[in-house]
Order: sequence, then C-alpha cells, then structure tokens
Amino acid sequence: MAERNLSGLMHNNQSFQIKCHKCDLHRLEEGPPVKAELTREQGLQYYRTMQTVRRMELKADQLYKQKIIRGFCHLYDGQEACAAGIEAAINPSDHLITAYRAHGYTYTRGVSVKEILAELTGRRGGVAKGKGGSMHMYAPHFYGGNGIVGAQVPLGAGIALACQYQGNNQVCVTLYGDGAANQGQLFESYNMAALWKLPCIFICENNKYGMGTSVERAAASTDYYKRGDFIPGLRVDGMDVLCVREATQFAADHCRAGKGPIIMELQTYRYHGHSMSDPGVSYRTREEIQEVRSKSDPISMLKERMLSHNMASVEEFKEIDIEIRKQVEEATQFATSDPEPPLEELCNHIFSKNPPLEVRGTSPWSKLKSVS
Amino acid sequence: MAASLRCFLRSGKNTVSALQRRDFHRSAPAAVQMTVRDALNQAMDEELERDERVFLLGEEVAQYDGAYKVSRGLWKKYGDKRIIDTPISEINVLLQAGLRPICEFMTFNFSMQAIDQIINSAAKTYYMSAGLQSVPIVFRGPNGASAGVAAQHSQCFAAWYGHCPGLKVVSPWNSEDAKGLLKSAIRDENPVVVLENELLYGVPFEMSEEAQSKDFTIPIGKAKIERQGNSITLVAHSRYVGHCLDAAAVLAKEGIECEVINLRTIRPMDVETIETSVMKTNHLVTVEGGWPQFGIGAEICARIMEGPAFNYLDSPVTRVTGVDIPMPYAKILEDHSLPQVKDIIFSVKKTLNI
Repeated sequence: MAERNLSGLMHNNQSFQIKCHKCDLHRLEEGPPVKAELTREQGLQYYRTMQTVRRMELKADQLYKQKIIRGFCHLYDGQEACAAGIEAAINPSDHLITAYRAHGYTYTRGVSVKEILAELTGRRGGVAKGKGGSMHMYAPHFYGGNGIVGAQVPLGAGIALACQYQGNNQVCVTLYGDGAANQGQLFESYNMAALWKLPCIFICENNKYGMGTSVERAAASTDYYKRGDFIPGLRVDGMDVLCVREATQFAADHCRAGKGPIIMELQTYRYHGHSMSDPGVSYRTREEIQEVRSKSDPISMLKERMLSHNMASVEEFKEIDIEIRKQVEEATQFATSDPEPPLEELCNHIFSKNPPLEVRGTSPWSKLKSVS
Repeated sequence: MAASLRCFLRSGKNTVSALQRRDFHRSAPAAVQMTVRDALNQAMDEELERDERVFLLGEEVAQYDGAYKVSRGLWKKYGDKRIIDTPISEINVLLQAGLRPICEFMTFNFSMQAIDQIINSAAKTYYMSAGLQSVPIVFRGPNGASAGVAAQHSQCFAAWYGHCPGLKVVSPWNSEDAKGLLKSAIRDENPVVVLENELLYGVPFEMSEEAQSKDFTIPIGKAKIERQGNSITLVAHSRYVGHCLDAAAVLAKEGIECEVINLRTIRPMDVETIETSVMKTNHLVTVEGGWPQFGIGAEICARIMEGPAFNYLDSPVTRVTGVDIPMPYAKILEDHSLPQVKDIIFSVKKTLNI
C-alpha cells in the first residue's frame, strides 16, 4: 500500500467519524450507531476488498462469454459492500454460509482470486479441485456456495447450534436472498433458532429481484427484516460498507450476549442479471440499473467519502486499482492455463475417512476407484 | 408456406413419393421440423385452449416466458389467471378441487423441496380416499444432467418417481414424444410426472402430419421401437435414445443390427415390448443417465428375469448407466460421468461377446 503523505493528513490509524443511514428496527429498542469510525487503513482495505471482488466478477463475466466458464454463473457485482462489510465485523473463527451468488463471500472468507477463477474454469488448481464449480466453493468456516434456494438457511441455523453446543462464543452468519425469503424452511429455522436462542445472524440480501420476479410479485410482505416475527430485525443500507459493518457488529454482539438470533435485511442491488443466461433487462429497466450505478455504487461511495474527508488521495486509489487489475490478470492466466483435474479424481471424495472403495462406471466392466 | 416447403424438401425420404403423387389439393407438407421446446409449448397451448380448468404455475413461467422459455408466449395469450408466476416455494402443490394444474419445476432437483406433497398428497390420495378424490395434476420440468451445472443440479429422478404407485411417470425423447406425452399427461385424471431434458429443448425433430394435429396424443404406458434389428435390443429413455440410435448406426457398419426401444413411459413400464424384442434378439442392453443402484436398468433386469424373455437370453443383461458419483463440474470429469456413445458400443460388443 502506497504511503503518500499529503499535507500531513495521512495517518493510518487516525479515525474519522462517518455518518451512516439510520436502520429501521423491529423489536429492538436501539440499533447500531449512526456514526461509524473509520481509519485510513480500514478504508483502504475495504476499498481493496470490494474492488477485487468487482474486478473478479467482471473477469468471470468475460470468461463466461468466451465459454471458458460453463454451467451456471451468478455474479455479485453491485453487492460488494455486503460481503466486505460483514467480514469486517466478524472474526475468521466465526462461520458463514450463503447461496449460489457466492464468489464474493468465497473471497472475503479467505480464498484467493486465483483459486476462485480456477474453480470457475474447472481446473485442478480450483478451490474444490474443479469438482464443485461456481456454486460449490468452500473454505474453513465457510460452508459454500449452495445451489438449492433456501436450503442453506437450516444449515446455517445448525452451524449456530454447533457454536452454542461447543460454547465457543462464535456466531454463524446465514445469508439468503429476497427470493429465498419465501421458502418455508426459513421459517422453521427462525422458530428453532429463536426457541433455542441460537447465535445465528440471518441476513437477507434483498436485491429486489428473485431471478425475474420483483419482490412485489413474490412476497406478501417485503419487510424482510420483520419476517422473523418474534426475532428482532434491522433493515440496513446494503450499498454502504460502513452501515453493513456497523449493523453486523451490532448483530454479532447481540448473538454473543446470548440474546438469540437476529435478522438483518441488506438493501442492495445486482448489476448483472440473475445469472449469465439472464440479460437482466426484461424485468427491470436499463435506467434503473444506471441510476443505481451512478448514485449508489458501493465502491464509488466509499472512495468519494474517503476523498472528501482527505483520508486518501486519488493517486492512491489508482495505484490500488492497478495492483488489483494485475492480480486478477495473473489469476486469470493461471485459471486458463492450469490443467483440468486428472481422471483419477473422478470418484474420489464420496465418503470421508473410509477405506478405498470400488465405484461402478458406465458399464459393469468399468470398475473405478474412490479414496477419501 | 415457403418455410414449410423448405422443411419438406429437406426431409428427404418423403420427397420423391410426394412428387410422384402430384397431389395439387394438398397444401400442407407431410412433416415439419420442430424443437422439443416448441412441441411442449404447443402441447400446453392446445390443452389450455381445449380445457378451461387447465392452468400453468411455476417460477418465471409467466412474465419471464419460462426459465428455459418452454412457456414462451403463453402468458401473453392466456393472462394472469391461467399462467401464474409463483414465489420460490416448490411446495406450492395445489389440490384444487376440479382444476387441472400443470406445475413446472425449474428443474426436478428442486422438486425434492416438494416431494412429500408429490408422493404423500398427490400419488396416494386416490387410493387413500378409495376413489373419492382424484388428483389430475402434471408435474413437469427438466430432469437429469445438463452441461456444467454440477452436483446439485444434475440428478435424474426417473427411478425416484418411478418407484411410487399412484404416480405415472413419462420421459419423452423427441418432439413428437414431448407433445404427445404432455398432452396425454394433462388429459390424464392422475398425477403424472413429465421428465423433460434441458439439452433436448433446442433440438429440432421431425413432426409428422399426424403429430401436428391438436388431438395428437401418445398413450402413456407404451414404448416405441425406434429402430428394428435382430442382433441385440437396446432400451433407453429420454436423451439416451438418441445415443442408442447413434451407436446403432456405427454398429450397423459392422453388421450388428440393434433394435432400439424408446421407453417413453417409466411408470407404468411397457415390459411387454421389451420382452418381445428380447425373445427375438436374445440380448439386452439398457441405457440411462441416472445412477445404477436401484435404477431403470435394474428394474428392467428384474422384470426380464421374472418373465418369459429370461429363457431367451444368451447372456446377462448389461446396464449402461451414469457413474455412481455426484456430478462433478470440470468438463473432462463430467464427460466421463455419463454414458457416451462409445460406452454403448463397447457394452453391446461385450454383451455379444465380440
């Protein structure tokens, strides 16, 4: 990180007070503070994180159009403040699970851009050795990457149960979208989490559209932060990384104090369509997308804030951008040149801690081998 | 008119005889090309028009024109009442008294969210009520592997649904199958699971003149012999019927004539057609995309053993199946997880001891 000392204002640990939007509250007397403290170092780190995710996703778009990435590809650009803000407020030892729009979280949970892109291109250097693909990437304390809408939520409640069981003061961040918010299994999870006071932070990333269906056409109530009924909730500006961080900090404190689960609704937006096969303009206007981009882009917002508070210079941001571009290019080089997984890998990882077993191939004469 | 004439001329085998007929009054040509997607669309369109009680519901079926565009144009034509966009709630099975819903699953992988309702409410109700309450419902959507959609989106549910009494299960291969079977499914008084295939949606097939009619249906429970042969019987459903025909074409060059049977229906299975064929050819290979254990091929083997055809077998039945693993993402691994044409050819030769 460049250390440019302009007018003696650039001290890394000097903290600034940044104003956030007030959150809407449900069953809560008070919410997160409206003034967030931000040091220069933190600001640059959040910027770097969000910009890396942005450039990584745009690269994935490019690779998909070149048919180097196949199958499903759900991109996260526009929503970076959510992943970055949440990670800023939790510990690496906390847990996180999300659905299929997962590349951003895979990165914030510690997987390199190189390993993410190589997984998307289906190579042996991918984080899941090429066997999982876009929707199935994992890391320590990061449980994917789940393809079936809503199914990750009961899993997240279960992880929270494990935290409680082990008394380790950890929390589980359980993410889902506005589309999944209407799944029955969520309500079962809410009930159990509240009943047993599980340290589960349910987070709804409301990007206004469940594939092609707007929230108004899918939900009887679009107040997703209230849908947990007996569970307290807060609605947060998901385009503001500081708001997200403050709210997540508040939520984590709530859980760690043994008060039980809490729901956060992050109001955010995706620039791409639902997936690469959805142009994203049949159910929303280009004007709407453009408006969000120009007025609420999370990365621009943070940058402008830091510039206006004299926390960093334009040159510094440019240098970070250049570094990130280089990093993503190198990762792409790797992801496009690394070989595909070897055929010997085909049947491995069926069972854990199991002696090697024989797996039937496509015919009775095809006997393949599987090791744990 | 010009387009249909082009299709007609391209179809080859009908051309000469038609010209010789010099039939001036016949304006429509014998056959047209139609994709499976359009055939399914036509089937639903015709049935929606024919019976007001029929309606379609599912995720993105209306305004989005369908996740895979199978219901394209239907919402524009029939409106909100007949074509309904639902939230992501697969368990939205409706036992609406007197109505005939078509429930689309974006893929059958998501049907597991609703499988309790499909089995315990739809399949068993007519029995449990001793005939009082029928369930004329259709569950349809893409089944099985696609391309690169990985483990949670690639499963074949033919064996799962085929296991349950009270359900009818069909698995169309070409456009005629798709249209005829879907229409029969919609007209059937019972719950019918229609296992489509995403990779086939865009594939054009010939539609005979008969198939173009608004009353064209294919009976549920009857298999079709797609290709006659004497050396060996190949039985498959859905996409693998095409693979079998490709394998048969290659094997024919070596003098091996395969009889290819398109199951069309998984439940009730047309075992008789298979038996008749095996009693002629003495050899049987089954081909499916699903996993081997407790699968379609396994059931066929058991039924053959229990019937008259067993005594005509010159070698054990061979099952060609998907590899017994969750579907990997990487292309090279995915390609090796499913039966290829060469696997079928290999199995045929092994079965014939060649």
